[in-house]
Amino acid sequence: MNTIGLSHYLIVSALLFCIGLLGVIVRRNVLIIYMSLELMLNAGNLALVAASRFSNNLNTALNGQIMVFFVITVAAAEVAVGLALIVALYRRRQTTHVEDLTTLKF
Amino acid sequence: MQDVFFYIFAAMTLLCGALVVANPVSRSPVTSAMFLVLTIISLAGLFVLLHAFFLAAVQVLVYAGAVIVLFLFVIMLLDLKEEERRRIRLVMAVPAVLAVGTIAAIMVRTIRLAYSAGAPAAGPVEGSPVALGRLLFTGFALPFELVSLLLLVAMIGAILLSRKDLR
Repeated sequence: MNTIGLSHYLIVSALLFCIGLLGVIVRRNVLIIYMSLELMLNAGNLALVAASRFSNNLNTALNGQIMVFFVITVAAAEVAVGLALIVALYRRRQTTHVEDLTTLKF
Repeated sequence: MQDVFFYIFAAMTLLCGALVVANPVSRSPVTSAMFLVLTIISLAGLFVLLHAFFLAAVQVLVYAGAVIVLFLFVIMLLDLKEEERRRIRLVMAVPAVLAVGTIAAIMVRTIRLAYSAGAPAAGPVEGSPVALGRLLFTGFALPFELVSLLLLVAMIGAILLSRKDLR
């Protein structure tokens, strides 16, 4: 019998989110920070799909998956714009290291 | 059988996710991107276990196929060599690990407490392309159209930002 429940998926999602958060805080390379952001988005997606799977309301259960569909689209758009920003930044400053980007620092 | 697959995919997701963030062997962004692909693919496996078949396919196509290729393209374009020499500073890393570890502990504990009385059973829905497509063009038609606008804006923004004489 299948003993894997909603909580198992939610715990995996929470841990993946925390790994992504740690990457955003600890790593200093803009590209890796971006990848960590993708990890966090994917953790959210996993939670949404799990909630959709374990919902018993037939009318609204698929809404979670539609949400994931939109999140994937927005993430793709975000990556395109973000990487264009990184390329523009690299052209001007020759670095992708966040500690070298202190122009806006107070 | 499904339980075994869940544990395999979950372990692969978390392990490869950790290797994206902190790889003890290589600090090159290319390695991180490759482990991100593995994370995405094992997440797609978890989606299949959750009966979200269409989303699993979209996940592989869009993330592994488009997003990661874009990442690799930019990494190759920038030709980062000196980035690998810098070390993670321990003064910053230790409090960060502590803080995030606390957040993780709180989240896991909350989830465990919330479902200690018994988790809900799996519902009857299947994320087939037909069901998702029907919903996208009926109930979610307006958000769907708005997303197309967002993609247009993102496209124009990316073209504008990657101009050479950007001021």
